[in-house]
Parts: sequence; C-alpha cells; structure tokens
Amino acid sequence: MFGKLTWSAIPFDQPIPLASSLVVGLIMGAVLAWVFVKGYAPYLWREWITSVDHKRIGVMYCILALVMLIRGFIDALMMRSQQALAFHGPGYLPPEHYDQIFSAHGTIMIFFVAMPFVIGLMNFVIPLQLGVRDVAFPTLNSVSFWLTASGSFLVTISLVVGEFARTGWLAYPPLSELTYSPGVGVDYYLWALEISGIGTLMAGINMATTILKLRAPGLTYMRMPVFCWTSLASNLLIVAAFPILTAVLAMLLLDRYCDFHFFTTTAGGNPMMFVNLIWAWGHPEVYILILPAFGVFSEVIATFSGKPLFGYRSMVAATMVICILSFTVWLHHFFTMGAGGDVNAVFGILSMVIAVPTGVKIFNWLFTMYGGRIRYTAPMCWSVGFIITFMIGGMTGVLLAVPPADFVLHNSLFLVAHFHNVIIGGVLFGAFAGYTYWFPKAFGFTLDERLGKAAFWFWFVGFWVTFVPLYMLGLMGMTRRMQHYDRPEWYPWTLVSMAGALLILTGIVLQVVQLVVSIRTRDKRRDVTGDPWDGRSLEWSTPSPPPVFNFAVYPDVSGKQPETEPQYAAIDVPRNTPTGFVAAFFATVTGFSLIWHIWWLVIVGLVGAYATFVVFAWRDESETEVPADEVARIDRANRQARSVALRGHAA
Amino acid sequence: MHSALLRSLVVLALLSLSGCGATVLSPIGPVGAAERTILLDALAIMLAIVVPTMIATLAFAWWYRAGNTRARYLPNFEYSGQLELLVWSVPALVVLFLGGIAWISSHDLDPAAPLTWTAPADKRVAPVEVEVVSLDWKWLFIYPQKQVASINRLVVPAGVPLHLRVTSATVMNVFFVPRLGSEIYSMSGMATQINLQADRPGIFPGLSANFSGDGFSDMHFSLEAMDSEQFDAWVARAKTTGEVLDDTAYRGLLRQTANVQPYTYRQVAAGLFDRIVSLHLPPGDGPPATPAPSAGEH
Amino acid sequence: MNAAATSMEQEPTSADGPASRRITVGYGFWIFLLSDIIMFSAFFATYAVLNGATNGGPGPAQLFDTTNVAIETACLLASSFSCGMASLAVAERNQKWTQLSLLTTGLLGTAFLVLELREFSSLVARGAGPTHSAFLSSFFTLVGCHGAHITAGLLWLGTMMAQFYAKGFRENIQHRYLCFSLFWHALDIIWIAIFSLVYLNGTRL
Repeated sequence: MFGKLTWSAIPFDQPIPLASSLVVGLIMGAVLAWVFVKGYAPYLWREWITSVDHKRIGVMYCILALVMLIRGFIDALMMRSQQALAFHGPGYLPPEHYDQIFSAHGTIMIFFVAMPFVIGLMNFVIPLQLGVRDVAFPTLNSVSFWLTASGSFLVTISLVVGEFARTGWLAYPPLSELTYSPGVGVDYYLWALEISGIGTLMAGINMATTILKLRAPGLTYMRMPVFCWTSLASNLLIVAAFPILTAVLAMLLLDRYCDFHFFTTTAGGNPMMFVNLIWAWGHPEVYILILPAFGVFSEVIATFSGKPLFGYRSMVAATMVICILSFTVWLHHFFTMGAGGDVNAVFGILSMVIAVPTGVKIFNWLFTMYGGRIRYTAPMCWSVGFIITFMIGGMTGVLLAVPPADFVLHNSLFLVAHFHNVIIGGVLFGAFAGYTYWFPKAFGFTLDERLGKAAFWFWFVGFWVTFVPLYMLGLMGMTRRMQHYDRPEWYPWTLVSMAGALLILTGIVLQVVQLVVSIRTRDKRRDVTGDPWDGRSLEWSTPSPPPVFNFAVYPDVSGKQPETEPQYAAIDVPRNTPTGFVAAFFATVTGFSLIWHIWWLVIVGLVGAYATFVVFAWRDESETEVPADEVARIDRANRQARSVALRGHAA
Repeated sequence: MHSALLRSLVVLALLSLSGCGATVLSPIGPVGAAERTILLDALAIMLAIVVPTMIATLAFAWWYRAGNTRARYLPNFEYSGQLELLVWSVPALVVLFLGGIAWISSHDLDPAAPLTWTAPADKRVAPVEVEVVSLDWKWLFIYPQKQVASINRLVVPAGVPLHLRVTSATVMNVFFVPRLGSEIYSMSGMATQINLQADRPGIFPGLSANFSGDGFSDMHFSLEAMDSEQFDAWVARAKTTGEVLDDTAYRGLLRQTANVQPYTYRQVAAGLFDRIVSLHLPPGDGPPATPAPSAGEH
Repeated sequence: MNAAATSMEQEPTSADGPASRRITVGYGFWIFLLSDIIMFSAFFATYAVLNGATNGGPGPAQLFDTTNVAIETACLLASSFSCGMASLAVAERNQKWTQLSLLTTGLLGTAFLVLELREFSSLVARGAGPTHSAFLSSFFTLVGCHGAHITAGLLWLGTMMAQFYAKGFRENIQHRYLCFSLFWHALDIIWIAIFSLVYLNGTRL
C-alpha cells in the first residue's frame, strides 16, 4: 500500500538527522501557525501564492533562494567543522551522513539557491526594464516557480523521511546506480531535479520569448540595458542545456527503476556517457548562473559611478560570445579520463578562450568606474568585491584549463576553491548586489546601509579566509569529499577554513538582521520617487512598488518628447490562478510516490496534474480589466508623489 | 624582467607550502616536475595581467570615489576604440600564448605517452608494468612481469619508468600519487593507462581522487620507491609469502572493506587483469540492498 | 533613456511595441519545440554511442521490421495531413470538419501507437527487451520517448476536440490549437529522424 515507505524511513535512531528534522519541522510549523493565527493566510493565498504577477513571483523565487541558502550553508558549516575535527579521528559525522551532507550542499546551492535567486531577479526586473506589463506567459511563470519549490521541498523532506543521495551533487554512475546506491537517496535527488528542471526550462522559454517579443515601442535590441542582454543569453542557455539534463537524469532513472543499462557496469552500459551528457548540461549551467550576475554588475556599476556603462556594444558582443562558447568546453571537467592529447588540448584551449570576453567585461567595468563619481552603497561594495574576487577565481580557472595542470589538481580542494571562488564571488555577490539594488523597487523602501555594508565585509573577508586554505590544501594533495584524514600538514589549514566559515556565518546573520531592522524602520527610508539611486533604465521610472500593470501606458523610448499627460486606457491584467500551486502539489505527490514506489499514488498525482491543466484551460475569463479611470487615478497619484518629492529635493 | 621576478616570488611563496608530505609542488618525478613547471609558468603569465588589473581596480575604486574632489568627472566617457582594441587583443594574445603551452604540454604529458624523454636513447630502460585495480575500498597492484600482487602498497624501483594500466572493479575512482604527478580515472570495463616515474627512493602517499562511497576516505595507499636491487629483493620476498591471487581470492576482494593493511600475494593467476577489464570477472556487488519492508514491495 | 540612445538617434525604432498574443504564443512554443528537439538529440547521441553494445544479444539488423516501420510512418504522415486539414477547418470555424479531421488525426496517431506497442511487446517476448543490453535500453528509450510524446499529444488532441466542441472557436483556443499542430508536426519530423537514423541505418547492413 505504501510501497517501500515504512516507519524505519524516519531517522529515529540517528541523532543528528533527527535533531535537524525536529528543528526544521518546528520552524516550519511555527511559521505556518503564525500565518494562520494572525489571519494572513487568505491574503497570502490571494496576493502571493496564486499570483501570476512577475514581480510577486520574482520576490518568491528570491525568498526561496534565501531560505535554502541557510539550509545549504548549515551543510557547509557541518562539512567544515567535520574536516576541522576529523584529523586522526572520526569527527562527529559518520561517512553515511557526511556523504549526504556534501551531496545536499552542492545540490541545494546550485539548484535551489543560485538558480532561483538569479531567475527571481530576472523575473522581477526584465519586464520593468523592457517597459512592458509582464512576462510572455504569466501563468506558466507561476507554474515554473512552484515546480522549483516542489523540488526544494522534496530535497528538504529527504532529511526527515528516508535519506538523500550519497554520491556528490552530480551523482556519477556507477556509484549512483541501484547496485551501489540501493537506498532512496539518489531517487530523491533525481526526482527533485527532474521536477524543478521542468520549471526552469519553462522559465527559460518564458523569459527568452519576453525579451525577444515583448518590448516597449522604440526599444530596439541595442537600447536594451545590458542586464536584459545577459538575461537573454542566460535564458537561451537554459533552453538549450536543460533538456540535456532532463534526458540524462531520465536515463539514470530508467536504469534504477526499470533495470535498463545506460550507465551500468554490465550489459554494455557506459558510465562515461553520463559524464559527457551531465557536463554538456553542467558547463552551460554555470554560465546560466553567472551571466545575469554580470548583468547586475553592469547596471550597478554604471548607476553608482554616475556614468553610462563603458563599451555597450563590446559588452553585448562579449555576452553573446560567452553564451556560444559555453557549449564548447565541457570536457575540461574530466581531462583526467584519458581522452588523449588532441582532445584535451582542444578543450583546454577553448576553455581559455572563454576568458577573453570575460576579461573584456572586467576591463569595461573598470573603465566605467574610471572618471566616475562612485557612491559606495552596499550594491557598489558587492560589485567592487566581485571584481577583486572573481578575477582570482577566473585566473585559477584558466590554470585548471591547462590539461597537465589539471592532471594534478583535478577533484582536489584547489578545484573546490576555484568554483566557490567564481560562484560565491560572481553569482552570489551579484545576487546580493541585485537584491540590495532592486529591493526598494520591490518594496518601496531601501535596506539599512550600515548593516548591508557590514554584512558585505564579513562575507568578503570570510570568503577569503575560508577558501585560500582550500587552495593551499589542494596544492598539498588533499582531494575533495574526505570525511577524515591523517596528514598533519593539512590540519591547520582546515582550522583556518572553519574560522572563515564562521565569518561568513556572521555575514549571513547580519543580512537577516538587516532585513528585520529595515522592515521595522522602513518609514525612515521610504522611496517616494521610485528612483532612489538615480538610475537610467526604465524600471526607475515606475513607482516603488510599481502597480500591478507596471506602466499605465507603454513608454515610448524612441527619443520623442513625451506628452504632458498620456491617454489612459483600460488595462487587461492576467488573473491570479492556483494552477501553479496545485500543479506543483500534484508534482510533489507524484515525485514522492515515485521515490517510495507507491504506484497507485503516482497515478493519482499524474491524473491530478493533468486535471489541473484541463481545469485551467476550461476557464472563460483569463484577465481582469483595470478600468481607464482607475489606471488614471493610480498613475496621477504616483506622478504627483514623485514631483512633490523631487521639488522637495531641489529645494 | 618583470615576469621573471614575478615567477620567482610566486615560486618562493608556494615553496613555503611544500614541507614534506603530499604536496603537488615538490614532485619527485619527471612528470610531476613538468606539471609543476607548467602550473607555475601559467600562473606567472596570468599574474602579469591580473596584478596590474587588480592594482587598477583598487586605484580606480579609491580615486574616483564621490568624496574625492580632485578626481575628474568624465560623464561622457563611454567609448574608446583604442581601449576596446586593447582589452580584446591583450587577453587574446595571452590566451594564444597559453594555448600554445596547453597544446604542447597536453601532448608531451599525455598519460599514454611513454616516458622516452626522461633519459637519452642509450640509457633508456624498459618500463616496469603495473596493473592497478580500484576496489571498495582498497587498491590492488598486480605486477604482470613479476607475477606478484600487492594491496595498498605500490612498490617500485626508483629511476625506472612505470607503465600503469588502470581499471576498476567497482565505481569510478582516480589513481593519484600527488608527488608523482598525473591522476588517471579508473573505470570498470575499460583500462586507462598512465606513465609515471619516481626519481628517488622514499615513501609517498597515494589516494583516490574520485569519491567512491562510504569507505572512500580510507582508500589511501603508499608508493614506495627503492633502489633496483632492493626492489628485486622485495619481489623475491613477496614470492615466498602470502596467498595466491586466483579468481576465487579475487572475488573475496570484491567485498566492501576499508582501512585494509598492506599485504602481498605470492602468485597471480595469468590474465587476471584482462579478465577484470573485459568483465569476465564481474565487478563488485556494492552494499547489501536495503532489506525488503513488510508492506507490499514489488 | 539609456545614454547610448543619444548616439543612436538615427537608428530606426523597433516594432510598435509588444508583439500580438498570437505571435508571442507561437514564438514561445517554437522555442519549446527547439528545447524538445535538443532533448531528443541527447537520446540520439546516446543511441549512437550505445547501439553497438548488444551484450552478445541481437542487434538492429536482427530485430527491426522495416515493413512495420513503413506502415507507422504512413500513419503518422497521414495524421499530419489531417492535422493540417483541421487547421484549415479551424480557420473557417467549421465545427463539423474540425471535429472530423481531428478525429482522423487521433485515429491515425492511435494506430501508430498500437503498431509501436506491438513491436515493443514482440521484442520483449523474443527476449530482446530494454533490460538486456545498452543498445536495447537506448533503442527503447529513444523510440519510446517519441511514443510518449505521441501519447501526450493524443491526450492534448482529445482535450482540444472537447474544447472546440464546448467553447467554439475563441481566440485563445485557436492559439492552443496552433501550438498543438506545431507539436504534432514536430513529432512527425522527429519520427523521420528516428526511422532514418535508427531503423533504416540499422538494417542496411
């Protein structure tokens, strides 16, 4: 009746997972109780959960990312502390747990922190920067978000019911095959990623169509902000790369569930095929993450230097070159599999070539700062911190791209330090810069600057203190994913790294405090004009937060003088719908029951998901109309507030 | 010259890491030494760009802050053809240079390439053949020319090239002796190969550099390089003690064990390695499957 | 707005603003189809790598029945034709011919599926099921994935027939039909790739 699911799936006999499950359960229960008791539930359902507004969905993506960041970071703290303790001793995490923790850390950070953060920022900002009302497919947007949330739910629930994968975040076969991973852990991993992968693919299609087909009159490609260009490149990469992930994970699922032989050690299976396919997805994936971050920096650096971005055309060209080249380098992840001199050399050289457009971007940001009047707000701090950090990360990447250098550094902590260098220094710093930069647009007040800068410094210093020791350890021959070791010369470095992790923890705590304090004292930092930073792109011409329809009339950016007051007309706004939430609910049911082999429940889930779409397709009203005089009233009020504030500023 | 100074500074800083132990920067063989040279050279070339750029970043970030009234404000400085040419061409040239290094070194240091370059033609010695099998969670080293085998201890003659063929009787692992040089994957159903050499006697740590399960952290071995006479003596001793490694004994090795103390086999069945590679001897079964639950399992 | 605009005043402006719903929906669905083709490419690539790994068992030449494939192809091509007829009927807002041509499409698609399922079950009965070798795993998955898409398409087709019947030829339903027909034709194209690269290629020896 319940497939493989029994009471023994709950870790009553394992203190650490049990304690963590209790803590997570208590926190989630407390939050839910507070929401219901305070009566927020109807508001949340009406305004957020069933929302198809890109602004709301973008915020929800970012909230998901920040919550999962805390979970992923706790995993990191556990890893660092285990390695700091496990010199000539077992530490406190037995291998079965440690292996799940590092696998969960990687999976969560990439799929449920970095991806949602970046997609959330793109979701919120792109329609505003393009001068349009929403993305191309608003309901699909909601479905995408909730499918991602479904995936993160499955990963989280694996802590309480069953176990997670013990294979590392990419689950190479044969280790991830049923023979060597007989438990449900790899199944949790696979279904969580298949479900959220569909959401991400839909988001990529949605955003690419938006950028290519929905722009304000006069907004030609070469007038788009660079953030739109990098988002376009990123979303085209999502469309091109995620299907490969879907396919390869499906093949591993077929191996595990139906005794197929794609990647098994017997019957002709070829594990190297998995490695090739997963990295054919995996390398574009990291460019999917970094390109929007590059876009954020282009916006932030230009705004806070008080100058336009240097070399716009070059930046666009560099972005598209990176987009294309990202598909040509995947073999550098396994130079040591013995592909031979020719193949290794070609991929090594291509990997280095990607450094050229990236370097061009860095130089153009520097020349944007040159001759500027730089205001050091928190977003600008993150940006300068990024340039410094990412440069080193990129350099170590080029080093690793030389195959013989990789032959001694592959899979070592040097590699781990390199990719954290570029992902934290690039993607995460960019996400934080975007978060602090566009927060006032989303919520109508800025974040506390002092706490924001303090958080930055703890993150920046903490990052270096954590990861320089890992570079050293890699050069000293320490490989990744070790649960214990006995080389005395490694020990002091693991201690320093642990200290760095505690500095980052302080940074995170400060960010939480910043959010709480900023909400409490928000009246002191209200954004009345809609443009707290003196920005130049279209989102700053809307009020903070913008009305549901973003622009009362489409802005005409062809350069002609605007009329004194526009002609208001009624606006059709897409209706909220629970389709996304309900579809994801059934997806979660389907995923969970597939993991535990509860076949009847699988059918219920699939039928439910299909029924949800049919119900959605059957509705007769897909939009609500905001009447013209209501549009006029909202717009006039916003313009009035802005001119009052500007007159106040000028006085 | 600037880069030579840079290079020596970098080498000095990194040598301070190199104490004893496993460090990649104090290789004891020609392959590792070549790889270290490439690593440091590439680093120096990259630093020639990174250091000035870093200085420029800090300088611009400081000088052009809004509070600095002495800095010129250039609000229309958004394009310069000459600068564009510079920022595209300088990294491209550096990449061209590094690309050349990558091309040449990838071929020279291809794991499959025999180490004919380590000695002049008249002094070349035939390589010692070793067949390496990664198991859960230990390493099996077979010496086909000597008909002995060793667990978790790779004994080799110093100054003699080694040719290793590597496979796995389980999931993917990576054979790695950091002070010797290149890593190579061990994969079931195929044999990769690597040519290495230890130039001087000593005991050097080895490990697996690809996560392979719960016992992975215990999957270390030691490389012991010794004079040729001592090596021959070791082989002779090994032939007198220990079990025979036939197919039955090999199947015993497939069980998952960790932290295995080194020992030797006095005899190895002929063609054992090839039977492992061709999967005539199937790979290990992995952990026991989770016990079937009481409620309906299919 | 963007300072770069000052240097580009001579450039012609883009179109009059956001594209129409019909264009947006069609364009977005095309992008989805491209992503689906990439997914199939991953299965094709895997088949190309693994199709020699027969584990001592039968290979393509022993297993593929080209007559059956020819009939399946005819069914699918004909169903694409009737799908095209249905597009014309939809444009004319003719309920009778819309339902008839959609029904024909559905029947032909079902015939294709039945023939394919028969092929699969006969292979399994002969001991050449997908669990026997990497070649068979990749064959069943590639062709099966296409069959799964056809199945989903038939479900979609049934839903479209019901929608046209219940709600008439409203604009957004026509947009959905546009997507369906793109989907159906794309599946036809993928089938052509399958029967060429898998069946014809496999039995030419």
